[in-house]
Amino acid sequence: MALRTLASKKTLFLSPGFPLRRCVAADPVLLKTRGLVTFSLPDLPYDYGELEPAISGEIMKLQHQKHHQTYISNYNKALEQLDEAMSKGDASKVVGLQGAIKFNGGGHVNHSIFWKNLAPTSKGGGEPPHAALGWAIDTDFGSLETLVKKINAEGAALQGSGWVWLALDKEMKKLRVETTANQDPLVTKGLHLIPLLGIDVWEHAYYLQYKNVKPDYLNNIWKVINWKYASEIYAKEIA
Amino acid sequence: MGFPLALPSSRQTPTLTSHGLHSSSIYAPKLVLQKRRLCWSQRSFKVMAYYGLTTPPYELDALEPYMSKKTLEVHWGKHHREYVEGLNKHLANSPILYGYTLEELVKATYNNGNPLPEFNNAAQVWNHDFFWESMQPDGGKMPWGGLLEQIEKDFGAYNKFRDEFVESAISIFGSGWVWLVLKPEEKKLSILRTSNAVCPLVWRDIPIISLDMWEHAYYLDYKDNREKYANTFMNHLVSWHAATARIVRAQAFVNLGEPKVPVA
Repeated sequence: MALRTLASKKTLFLSPGFPLRRCVAADPVLLKTRGLVTFSLPDLPYDYGELEPAISGEIMKLQHQKHHQTYISNYNKALEQLDEAMSKGDASKVVGLQGAIKFNGGGHVNHSIFWKNLAPTSKGGGEPPHAALGWAIDTDFGSLETLVKKINAEGAALQGSGWVWLALDKEMKKLRVETTANQDPLVTKGLHLIPLLGIDVWEHAYYLQYKNVKPDYLNNIWKVINWKYASEIYAKEIA
Repeated sequence: MGFPLALPSSRQTPTLTSHGLHSSSIYAPKLVLQKRRLCWSQRSFKVMAYYGLTTPPYELDALEPYMSKKTLEVHWGKHHREYVEGLNKHLANSPILYGYTLEELVKATYNNGNPLPEFNNAAQVWNHDFFWESMQPDGGKMPWGGLLEQIEKDFGAYNKFRDEFVESAISIFGSGWVWLVLKPEEKKLSILRTSNAVCPLVWRDIPIISLDMWEHAYYLDYKDNREKYANTFMNHLVSWHAATARIVRAQAFVNLGEPKVPVA
């Protein structure tokens, strides 16, 4: 069955030591079961170890194969339960599931963006933004250094788990730095906010390598930030 | 790391506070009064509150292999220490928050749900003090006596409580803590989850044991396997001795009501 083949193909490519060199699909791979759209783990466009020394291969592998995969599995489960509750007209169950959906769905959305926000230095990671996004950064923040300082400060100050974002405010046509708690996606801060760049500041994103020194993680991650992707999204949204 | 007025690490020493002599307790207040002359003037001096870093009641490697020495070194030596230092820095600028025990400071800075900036550090200092004391080498196994009776009464059976505790721990979204508390009004034991730095003191519940579910508490030893960490805590780490002592103390408040003392 097509489902099984796809599942086994994924297992082969995600086995330890096997380099992931598949192109990232524009959208996450969708598996249709009973008419309900569920999700599966997107591939990384680089090997786990290619972001070293900024982010260790061990962390990338755990984040991708364990954390992201768990969010997807639990999201799919929640969606199935939601589907059932909706078809039964069970209003309290539907509302009760919102927490699990926001958390697990958010985890999937956020990490899918995150993988695209990163690139090995050999593939453009760390190269500063040019053109439209570069000018916008200079206009709205003064300079790239100022923006980086601001993002690092907000990320370091964030209590508990969460994300720090470079967002495009579509209404005001301005760039903003935002933080969200836990796995809340950026839209929870405003439907008009488009994520250009997200940095995971959950402890699992850096602990094995940097231990409690979050600021070192934030300083080093800029070496592998994929500004090309952020520029593409910016150009598309601002047009 | 030295303090101007060092306290002995024993928890049983009565401590002088601005309210008079405090009786000794498991979590003895660590308030230290410190007068400091800012300049040569005889008349100006600054009084500020200052809290110390308590040490866990065991060596850092005593919880091996269930919680590694490395984890204790970073969790206690870096995270907990940073919360203490952060708290003291905040308090240097907040003379109004002078004269509190740590427990009182947590409740005061929680400010009924609108936390003051000092709350995060104060609560995390208290939470970690409480957490170290909730564990012991050769811990786990089963509670006994009155505590076991109460658990069986409120949860049906010990194993039911244990499973619910682990289930609560692994279902926390984000960073947080899971607690076994005694609710004084209902006179019942209950399992609670809190986010980030919040602790049940702020709702006037009486904490009996806690488990730190922030990733830094388990990631070095268990990576993403929260279930294994929570189960190991219940099987090998939790200190039912500490829990029994706490519930004995709680009985004074729950069975007899808040003791009334004359207004000073």
